Amino acid sequence: MSAVAPSAAELPPPVLAAPSAARRPALRRFMRHRLAMFGLVAIIVLVVACALGPYLSPYGPLTIDLRHRFQPPFEGRHWLGSDQLGRDLLVRLLLAGRISLTVGFAAMGLSTAVGVVIGLVAGFYGGWVGTALMRFVDAVLSFPAIFLLLTLAALVSPGVLTITLIVALTAWMEVARVVEGQVRSLRERDFAIAAEAIGVSDAHLMLRELLPNIMAPIVVAATLNVARAILLESYASYLGYGIQPPTPSWGNMLNNAQEYLTSAPWLAIFPGAVITLAVTGFNFLGDGLRDALDPRLDVHR
Amino acid sequence: MTDVLMVEDLAVRFRGESGVVDAVEGVSFRLREGETLAIVGESSSGKSVTALALMRLLGGPPNCVVRGRATFMRQDGEALALLSLPETRMASVRGRDVGMIFQEPMTSLNPVHRIGAQIVEGLLAHERLSPRAAEKRAVALLDHVGIPEPALRARAFPHQLSGGMRQRAMIAMALACRPRVLIADEPTTALDVTIQAQILELIRALQHETGMSVIFITHNLGVVAEVADRVLVMYAGQVVEDAPVDVLLHRPQMPYSAGLIGSVPRLDDVRRRGGRLAAIPGNVPDPNTRPAGCTFHPRCAHARPDPCETARPALEYVSDGHTVRCARWREITV
Repeated sequence: MSAVAPSAAELPPPVLAAPSAARRPALRRFMRHRLAMFGLVAIIVLVVACALGPYLSPYGPLTIDLRHRFQPPFEGRHWLGSDQLGRDLLVRLLLAGRISLTVGFAAMGLSTAVGVVIGLVAGFYGGWVGTALMRFVDAVLSFPAIFLLLTLAALVSPGVLTITLIVALTAWMEVARVVEGQVRSLRERDFAIAAEAIGVSDAHLMLRELLPNIMAPIVVAATLNVARAILLESYASYLGYGIQPPTPSWGNMLNNAQEYLTSAPWLAIFPGAVITLAVTGFNFLGDGLRDALDPRLDVHR
Repeated sequence: MTDVLMVEDLAVRFRGESGVVDAVEGVSFRLREGETLAIVGESSSGKSVTALALMRLLGGPPNCVVRGRATFMRQDGEALALLSLPETRMASVRGRDVGMIFQEPMTSLNPVHRIGAQIVEGLLAHERLSPRAAEKRAVALLDHVGIPEPALRARAFPHQLSGGMRQRAMIAMALACRPRVLIADEPTTALDVTIQAQILELIRALQHETGMSVIFITHNLGVVAEVADRVLVMYAGQVVEDAPVDVLLHRPQMPYSAGLIGSVPRLDDVRRRGGRLAAIPGNVPDPNTRPAGCTFHPRCAHARPDPCETARPALEYVSDGHTVRCARWREITV
């Protein structure tokens, strides 16, 4: 039954807009952000190429072809040239990309998850729990990430899984801080108190009520974290603590290229270029997402 | 009639950077079954804090200390000490036994969830229901609170609804599990006058239907006259008068109550007095520096240095169901 008929004045506009309409301005802002679109395209191209490319090439990553060692790029059968064992650089780059991107995304996922959980708990409960957790975050942050990375890498045997874990361990703090700050302010908002007043549990309040409201900054932080993770993995592998040859990664390809820097510079240039492309791509994408999702921070106009 | 809620000596103390603030001092009242109790007072008189303290929504020590006793009688006769229940039990009381609606319908709904989903959450928190059954109940509830095309509105986001609609949705959320007590914290303050009347009518109709008790927090005496059975007047964190609504509106004993009644704007009065609105001079004292003696004496036309400035008056018995906190209530006519 209808207890009281509402007046016409109370009715919302007759046509209910589709739910996505509210987010459309964000999409439009994103599309107008040239660098972000460039970043997105670069990432898509890289991911697709790394995923499919090796299947299309006649060469395997470990196929040794001693008759075509140090072939310069664009001159023979190897498009981007070959290395000291005559292995095809393009195929190795793409396979290394699989490893590096996988490490980047996996470390991002892991560090974001850890950061979100710690930030949620710290921001939601506050008090000594929150203080203890956030001081721990500060303590970890006060180590330079690269030393932390190298220290940890020196203690465990390197591999895709371990390098992912290590990179994630040095990258979750930013997310935790962002989430903690947002949760602490959202916690006091009317809708959070109203949800508590209908008797939902703490976990529900954190995950269903507060978390969806802070997805935008989390997505931005996570995107920037991919760039960071790719870079950290490259550092570690370049210094020999990361992915071990013969498995290619962008970092250890650079390491290998060092010896031939004058005689075969392409061995360094191409891995360097893809690292730059991937890292800047993710950074631009992150910046674009930030501007699109949070108009108040829009500094580009 | 039986008592549903008994509050004794409720006190709330906040500890902040600017020092200690006693937001509520020694508030006691009883709420009977099916009754509407209005809590009236100016801003910062402690009315909302009283409600939030009863729901245990104020956060805990060291920043906020709540003292006193609040006993809630469940439908099955079980007495619950609200202020000392473990937090997990308290979560099962909120929404199921005591529902609450808030002042700002614009901000009290989660902007990222659909209206229906928010009602479903409350239902699933307290009842064993399949999600589909809960969804059906949510649509039925929206229909019940007078929202047209409830199935369509259930899929709307809060920003797609008007203020009145949202307040209706809030009421549907608060009443989803049929609580025995509804605490309404200024539910009509943010709404247009015409919508106000509809929401009041809706609350009254639902109360009539379910027999629930209502604590209605407001500063609007027009609303009080319309909905309340009994009125609790609060000033500077204390109850200064507690009376049945007719008695309070026609024969108030506390000068502050009389002042509140006198300051309700009436169109003909305003015209006669040349456009001046009646007001109580001054402001509610800052909780950090409440005056000695009666906290109202600096603003009171009937104040005398003795006794008003020397001792804090106690609540005194006037007649059955009527108490007043004024040292001079026998001598003065307000």
